[in-house]
Amino acid sequence: MTTTKNAADQRVIDDLSALFPSPDGDADADADLHDLLAERADAASLLDVAYRTIDSPIGKLLLAATPEGLVRIAFELEDHGVVLARLADEISPRILRSPRRLDAAAAQLDEYFAGRRRQFDVPIDLQLAHGFRRTVLSHMREIAYGTTASYTAIASAAGRPNAVRAAASACATNPLPVIVPCHRVVRSDGLIGQYLAGPEVKQALLDMEAA
Amino acid sequence: MTVRPFEEIVVEHGPIVMRVCRALLGPADAEDAWAETFLAAMKTYPGLRPDSNVRGWLVTIAHRKAIDQIRATNRAPRPAGELPDIPAKEGLPAEDRRELRAALDALPFKARRAVIYHYLGGLPYAEVGALLETSEAAARRNAADGIAKLRTTYSKGSSR
Repeated sequence: MTTTKNAADQRVIDDLSALFPSPDGDADADADLHDLLAERADAASLLDVAYRTIDSPIGKLLLAATPEGLVRIAFELEDHGVVLARLADEISPRILRSPRRLDAAAAQLDEYFAGRRRQFDVPIDLQLAHGFRRTVLSHMREIAYGTTASYTAIASAAGRPNAVRAAASACATNPLPVIVPCHRVVRSDGLIGQYLAGPEVKQALLDMEAA
Repeated sequence: MTVRPFEEIVVEHGPIVMRVCRALLGPADAEDAWAETFLAAMKTYPGLRPDSNVRGWLVTIAHRKAIDQIRATNRAPRPAGELPDIPAKEGLPAEDRRELRAALDALPFKARRAVIYHYLGGLPYAEVGALLETSEAAARRNAADGIAKLRTTYSKGSSR
């Protein structure tokens, strides 16, 4: 008797689970729902960081933006999960995948990689860089497409000609590579120097801009 | 201790919260309640204690949002015949789905919620009790009564 009752109960429970499948397997509906949340969060000023990824000739890039502007571009080898966890820590955990805020940046990067754009025109947020590094990064944006500057030159431009090593570390920790063109900063001896995504990526970007 | 990006919370718990919202409300209201649940959660999320039971916390918010919505629209939680949002491919024949849905909706408030929170939301009875402002033992009884009632009113389930 008890067994029969339990079996019947279990059938009801199983059918309830089938009635409300979880996940429900409707990916499009789920995406729409997620968009609805991101929209409402943005409208309620709760979306502290929006992010998306884009495919590029130098691999998948993570783009993240605060309401101020683009705050982080990360290469695939940085591990996007780790980068997002750090953004949660350093800026805010109110982070959602939400392409809309990054539409302009994504489109301009596409144009840049297609050779159809020489300058970026999107608001940026340099809050992840501090002090002298931030000064260096602000000056780096003045290095024109297709040209290069030495670490010494950008240290001077930032007001501390002897701080060459600090200028190099500003490049190494650039939160917005490509858009803040640290790939255009090279060694005075003619070698191209380091790049977070690897020197071959730096060379590829410089070659592309020289073409 | 770093608080995880909220996106991870949405991805991990979104489906279970949707299931609870669907069981509590009609399809259109369920989507709205789902979004409002995560929106409310996002507001207080940065202050959430790292050892918190995130799923229980979200189901609690969904419970409140569903009640708000039922009050706001001032009507029965679910008019009959609003089923097309539930994918038919999930195996249960349409007639059974309609019948089980109606049987679930006909349950008394506490039994219905105890069944939804425990069997669909995966909450332990202690948390179900807290949500229903009753004891763990009473919540367990509510859920058992609910299932027993479903067993008799949902004929397809009991006659198969």
